[in-house]
Parts: sequence; structure tokens; C-alpha cells
Amino acid sequence: MMSSVPIMLEIIELSVRFGGLMAIDNITFEVRDGELLSLIGPNGAGKTSVFNAVTGYLRPQAGTILYKGSRLSGLLPHAIAARGVVRTFQKTSLFDGQTTFNNVLMGLHLSARQRTLGIILGLPSVKEDERKLKDSAWDILRFIGLESRAHELGSALSYGEQRLLEVAIALAARPRLLLLDEPVSGMNPAEKVRFMRTLDKIRGAGATILLVEHDMRTVMGASDRIICLNHGRIIADGAPGEIQSHPEVIRAYLGERAVRAGS
Amino acid sequence: MTRWKSVLIIGFLASIPLWVTSFYFLHILITTGIFIIAAMSLNLLLGFTGQLSLGHVAFFGIGAYASALLSLGFEVHVTNDFVLGVAPKPVWLSMLFGTFAAGLSGFALGKIAFKVRGAYFVIVSISFAEVVHLVAVNWVELTQGPMALNNIPPLKLGTPQLLELSFLRKPAYFYLVLSTAIVCYVIIRRLVSSHAGRAMIALRENEPLAMSIGIDVTRYLVLATVVSAAMAGVAGALYAHYVRIVDPDIFLFIYTVTMVIMVVTGGKRTLAGPIVGGIIFGLLPELLRALAIKPEMQWIVFGVIMIFVVFLLPQGIVPALEDWRNSRKRHSPNTGPPVQAAPGAPP
Repeated sequence: MMSSVPIMLEIIELSVRFGGLMAIDNITFEVRDGELLSLIGPNGAGKTSVFNAVTGYLRPQAGTILYKGSRLSGLLPHAIAARGVVRTFQKTSLFDGQTTFNNVLMGLHLSARQRTLGIILGLPSVKEDERKLKDSAWDILRFIGLESRAHELGSALSYGEQRLLEVAIALAARPRLLLLDEPVSGMNPAEKVRFMRTLDKIRGAGATILLVEHDMRTVMGASDRIICLNHGRIIADGAPGEIQSHPEVIRAYLGERAVRAGS
Repeated sequence: MTRWKSVLIIGFLASIPLWVTSFYFLHILITTGIFIIAAMSLNLLLGFTGQLSLGHVAFFGIGAYASALLSLGFEVHVTNDFVLGVAPKPVWLSMLFGTFAAGLSGFALGKIAFKVRGAYFVIVSISFAEVVHLVAVNWVELTQGPMALNNIPPLKLGTPQLLELSFLRKPAYFYLVLSTAIVCYVIIRRLVSSHAGRAMIALRENEPLAMSIGIDVTRYLVLATVVSAAMAGVAGALYAHYVRIVDPDIFLFIYTVTMVIMVVTGGKRTLAGPIVGGIIFGLLPELLRALAIKPEMQWIVFGVIMIFVVFLLPQGIVPALEDWRNSRKRHSPNTGPPVQAAPGAPP
């Protein structure tokens, strides 16, 4: 193992239950600084529940979540985002009635340095800060490749572009750890290829990424390491090559006969 | 360009007392102006954070009562032996206190009520207004109950020896209301075009997403409520020292409804909406009267017009006008790429 690399996120004996259903059953894993770790698994395996637990959208029944050594459990989502852990959502989630540019500008909330009294008094420092925020919004739009769509409404973008815009909003919150929930679903093949390059750029800028994705080409191409979940448990953990040929993974996705046919 | 436009509008409004000589009509303009301030404050909550406060009149009434009480002075038995007495204070100070008291109650309500959203918040806000109303009716020692607070002093600035500005006469009061309204408008405009306003709009449009990018939702809801309540409070204080009598009827539900109608017909989410809606709602009954329509018919015609506005322009008048202007711009040549289609543009 690459034990010399510091651990960024540590999930210890995490359990999430919905009524009688164990969505996550006592799982433990860690995300290392700078890596791209993918969570895969059939529908209902508990991938999104892990995201929700880490980012404070649901309260786990048991377990500890440590980010850079301090507990995230019990914090509200906005406080977790302020520490640098930012997520996107599985279902497209934008500020629909706003322009693309405004969507990103709203995402820059944590970068704003404005005090309420200063706003009400109309201080020049507020105008200065607004200008800086707008510059940053343009930078992010250019980074993600949506600058030509800046003045379109979010809801008027193509589905693939909307998914990109979601990532742009998350990037605006300056994540150290970015959690992407099925970012390429709904993208066409060309958009997926472009998104892979964007992922590389995001990593190049120093972010660690935890990815949930069904698109295996994207997962195998982008990940340093993959964890496969099934029924709330980790059934495999390893490099993309190992996961592809792992019998438990094949059984989870394709069933018992596929394993026998393969061997 | 826009600066010139606002100078023109303010200049026009400021000239009104010069050519409107009817005190009755000035009175209508003053009460309309006070209600427009209240409607603007409601719009900050309803339009920008998306929360409907159906108890908004509570802040208006708290502002009115607090300001009136402090300017009159009062004595209240805290326990059987201990009497809290407050001597009359200058009116300008009382009005500031009324604003502050309303803002503080907005803070308290916001902290408690924003554990819930939507319909539940509506119910909490209505209940809040009803509780305040009951206090005003029943705490006779403080509020005189249904006997009302009488002889509320008018606003005077300066001293009789030096330069005294009295706001007893209607033209002076008109300018007072106008300048307060302008200040409120500017504050709201600055707020909604800042990052605080964007946070409010973000939580209206998509609360889970807003939280995910670090927006402390409760903080910005409370901020909006405090500013909104304080503005409703200043409107209430202006009202108290204008009509110079305050009774528990100030908390009538119909006043909240009036504010909501002003905001909705004018166009929530726009800065000008409550003003346009307020002018129409305040002046239309008078215009109908001027058209010599029988009094019984006035309100019926008025109601029909309101229903038509809501049916034909569900977004409100101001957004509809903006859409119309945008679509005209688009059809004329030499303008940039077309903006997005305007849904539901009026014919």
C-alpha cells in the first residue's frame, strides 16, 4: 500500500440504516491525499449513502468520519463544505432559474469577503469584492469550458452541459476533497472524453476526488483505486485491473453463472 | 443611463406636493407609501428567500406600538411591587426603537421558525401575528387594549428656539415617507445584489445545493427576516406617528394580505414589483372613485381587475413588462445573440 501518502478522509465502521434496511453495513476505508478513488457497485449498494453521510446530508447510525484527522460527523452540510469537502448530486441539481454565470457566482459563496453592514452601507470594499468574485466566476467557466454559455439559463443548457455546470458550481466552493456523484451520466461519448480531461485538470489543481460512477469506461480510465460495494458492504478494493477480474465484483454485477462462465 | 432614470423618478415623486394640492390625495399617497415600504420588506422574504410570511403585519404592528409607547411613555407592573416606568422620549428616538424592536422580534421568530419551511413556516408566522395581536388586546396596562393609544405625538426635529422641522403637515410627512422608502429600496437593492442576496436566492432555488457549496441556510434566512422585519417596523412607526392613534386592529390579517397582493401583482423577485403593485393597489380605488363608479361597484371592479392581473400576468406586472421589452429588443436588428425565450410573455 502507498502508506507514505497522508490520509485525507477516513471512514471507520460506518453504518447507515433506513428502517430495517442496512444501506451501509459497517464499512471502513480511507481516501488518500491526491488520489482518485471510485466507488462502484450495483444500484442500491450504498454508494450515494456514503456521500450523504460524509457531507452531512444524513446522520449515520454508527461510525466515525475523519477529514484530515478531525471529525465531520455531526456537522451541518454547509460547515463541511467550508472545511473543503464539496459534493455534487446524482440527479442534476442547479439553480435552474439563474444564468450559467450566476450559478457559478453563487457557488463562490465561500470566497466572498463581505460583511452585512458593509453591504448595507455600500462600502467600496464590497464592490471590489464583487469584481473579484465575477473574475473568479469567469475563470471557472473558462476552466470547465462553458464560457460561451455564460448568459444562458441553467435550465436551457443541454444535459451534458448541465452536468458540467454542476461540477463548476462545486469547484467554485474550492474543494480539497471533491465528491462527484455519477457526473458523466447523460453525457454523450464526446462529452465523456472531454470530462475525463477536465477531471485530470481538477486533479492537477490539487483536489482529491471520490467518484461514484456507473460508466465503467470512465471509472477504469480515471481511477487510481476502486472500491466495489454491494448490499452496503465492501466486496473488493484495489487497482482498476484487479477489480475488473475480481470474481466477487463479477458476481455482484452479472450473477453466479457469469463467474463460472468466466473461470 | 439608469442613474438618470432614478434621478428623474425621484425628482418626479419629490415634485408631487408642489402640484398635488388636495390634502385628501396627499393622505392617500402617504398611506400608500407606508404600505409600499411594508410590501418591499415582505418582498425581501417572499421574493428573494421564497418564504411566505403571512404574519408580516406583526412586525408592522410591533414597530407602531413600540414607537408610540416610547414616545408617550408608559408604566407597567412587572411584579406587584415593582413598576417599570419609562418617561416619554423624543419621537425620532422612538421610531428608531420601533424599528429595532421589530427587527429583534424578526430575529427571534426567524431563529425559531426556520426549523421548518414552506407551509409550516406560513402557519408559524400566522400564529406569531395572532399571539402579538392577543397581547395588544389583553395587556391593557401597557397597550390600553381596545381603547387604543391616543394622542401619539408627531415627529419634530430640532428645537423650537433654533430650527424646528415639524412633520405634522401632510407635505412634510410625504417627504419623510418618500425618503424612508428610498433608503429601504437602496438597502434591499444592495443586499440582493451582494453575496448575501445571492445566498438567499440560492436557498430559494435549490436548498440542498446551496448547503453543499457552504451556504449557511438558517443564517441567511434569519438575516433576511431581521432586515425585513425592521423595515416593516419602520413602516409601522411612520404609520403610528402619522395617524397618531394605534389600536389592536393594526394586526388585522387583511393588512398582511394587502402586502402580499401588492408584492404578487407587482412581481415578486423584482425590486420594482412591490412599488408598482403598491401604487396600483393604493391608487386604483381612488381612480375608480374619480370615474364616478358607484361605491358598491368600486370594490367589485377592483376585485375583478386583481383577478385578471393574476390570471394574465401570473409572474406579476414588472416581470411581464421586462419580458415584453426583451422580446421587442430581440426582434429589432443589430442586437446580439437572442436571449432565452420569454415564457408566458403577454400579448
